[in-house]
Amino acid sequence: MNTLIDIVVSAGLWAAVLRIATPLIYGTLGALLGERAGVLNLGIEGIMTFGAMIGWLTVYHGAGLWTGLLVAALFGAAFGLLHCVLTVTLGLSQHVCGLGVTLFASSFSYYIFRLAVPVSGTPPTVAPFRPIVVPGLSALPFVGPAFFNQTAPTYLAIVLALVSAYVIFRTPVGLAIRMTGENPHAAEAQGVNPTRVRYGAVVAGSALMGMGGAFLTLSAFNSFFPTMVQGRGWICIALVVFSSWRPARALFGALLFAFFDAFQLRLQTAVHGVPYQIFLMTPYVLSIVALAVLSRRTRVPQALMQPYRPGER
Amino acid sequence: MRFERRENRSLYLMALAPALAVVAALALAGILIAIAGASPLEAYWRILIGAFGSRLAATETLTRATPLILTGLSAAVAFRARLWNIGAEGQFYIGAIAVAAFGSRALAALPAPLLIPLLLAIGAAAGMAMLLGPLWLRLRFSVDEVVTSLLLNFIAVLFVSMLIDGVLKDPAAFGWPQSRPVVDQAMLPKLIAHSRLHIGFVIAVVLAVVVHFIQSRTVFGMRSRAVGLNPQGAVFAGVRLAPTLVKVACLSGGLAGLAGAIEVMGVKGYVTTDLSPGFGYTGIVVAMLANLNPLGVVFSAIFTAAMFVGADGMSRGLRIPTYIADVTVALSLLTMLIALFFIQYRLRR
Repeated sequence: MNTLIDIVVSAGLWAAVLRIATPLIYGTLGALLGERAGVLNLGIEGIMTFGAMIGWLTVYHGAGLWTGLLVAALFGAAFGLLHCVLTVTLGLSQHVCGLGVTLFASSFSYYIFRLAVPVSGTPPTVAPFRPIVVPGLSALPFVGPAFFNQTAPTYLAIVLALVSAYVIFRTPVGLAIRMTGENPHAAEAQGVNPTRVRYGAVVAGSALMGMGGAFLTLSAFNSFFPTMVQGRGWICIALVVFSSWRPARALFGALLFAFFDAFQLRLQTAVHGVPYQIFLMTPYVLSIVALAVLSRRTRVPQALMQPYRPGER
Repeated sequence: MRFERRENRSLYLMALAPALAVVAALALAGILIAIAGASPLEAYWRILIGAFGSRLAATETLTRATPLILTGLSAAVAFRARLWNIGAEGQFYIGAIAVAAFGSRALAALPAPLLIPLLLAIGAAAGMAMLLGPLWLRLRFSVDEVVTSLLLNFIAVLFVSMLIDGVLKDPAAFGWPQSRPVVDQAMLPKLIAHSRLHIGFVIAVVLAVVVHFIQSRTVFGMRSRAVGLNPQGAVFAGVRLAPTLVKVACLSGGLAGLAGAIEVMGVKGYVTTDLSPGFGYTGIVVAMLANLNPLGVVFSAIFTAAMFVGADGMSRGLRIPTYIADVTVALSLLTMLIALFFIQYRLRR
């Protein structure tokens, strides 16, 4: 019992929570944005992998860290565009196309990585983002090291969550996105172009997914290796359901999830005699449990996964 | 410009679509090969030689195709009924570890004619159980089975890793995490001497024919297709949704579990966490390339296996990363989806 309390009151745990949550916040917001407009983007796992690779590669070749993040966002957007051509313009199955985008984006990123960095003993590294010291706040006992010792992309993720909440619920653009996700025919009758809205939402969302991936290689770690995304994309898809398609709750969900993840990591070293795999399973098990508990109560965007072809019912 | 639904689909186009899709994918991947500084034509020639150029190469390709036929069938059966089973990877591993558990100790005393069918059944049953969970969540709580079956893949691999690091660990493996090997009489007989090709390939091809028969000639097959084409319509016509989906899940999960069982009993003899280089995920591509046709799955599995086996040899000669095979296979899924679209629609100004 004492060890549990020790873990919870350590500033290190809370600093880790924010760090683990960051890629999930980017990914969840990105997936949420597309789903609000009616497009499920299962390309997320591959887009995050590609973002992680291209962001790292950009910085490895001498560009700045922010340039790396931007390039990751641009390539994420490009894959989002591909997903849109398939699912919006052609109206193909969002499930299958998303998986196709994931398979393509991840194998493509491994291919480029192997071309750029031939096999070597230790993977090459870059100098990652450094924590920002907030004057005054970072010096506070406990709160300082726990919450105000993060890198810039983490703060940016939190700001983006609040901004997307505002955009989705308080602006005309957000209204257009929500209308398109609920009923594209009605949206069109109101003068909204559903095709354009879906393209915009999915492309912007995919850019966020790319940034989430780049956070892994440019801030959380400092090198790239295949399979490093480890199902984070799929967890984001579960978190969107958990959040009832609301950005603020998505932020909360990502933090809650990251808390459990950081907690189990520390528990692994504190508790002996339990196979470590049991701890590693918990994030995935928790996601499934959360889906089962919440799926019934949430209101899914009504036109999610329904293709929209003008003039066809 | 807009798309217009074709009044009647030409058989000619339907036969041509997969070929065109593969050619388009090879052309796109060729650009990547050229960027890497090699001639795409030479690379593809080497892949072809690497996959079929010798007796050994051809048997290797068919050995690699065996699990892909089964995971491809697993995806084809499920997707026909619009049951999105993305969990074949996990079902593969659970089928494999079940065989390792029972085939190394508990049933080790049985003679081969009894042991082999029993172990195959155990592997299939384990795969079934893995898919019934997500299906139950869908039917009971309306949880999308895509995400749950995907997440279960990670849980399954961790579970296998735990077992081969614990109770099933092979003490003779110098500390490497691998399972105890199955007993010798549990290994599937070889199809061709001095090769790795085993009768699992025949089993897989026979199952493709069986699945084709089930889908096109039985009441259950018709119901499962009806559920996929139009769930409301099927229910209205008197098809009971839940029992049909449960049967589909048993078939789909069972085929994926069987793939794992056969891979252990035919090739490796034991389980490690790298037993599958993504057989479950590649199965989805295999199924889509065949347009979900069970007989077509055999051919698309051989094509996919040839890419992977051939790319190994090509990569050594030309210094092109082997990942080019994964890229080509993923691209052919995307081009196939587009080709299928243009079977149904035409472009009109």
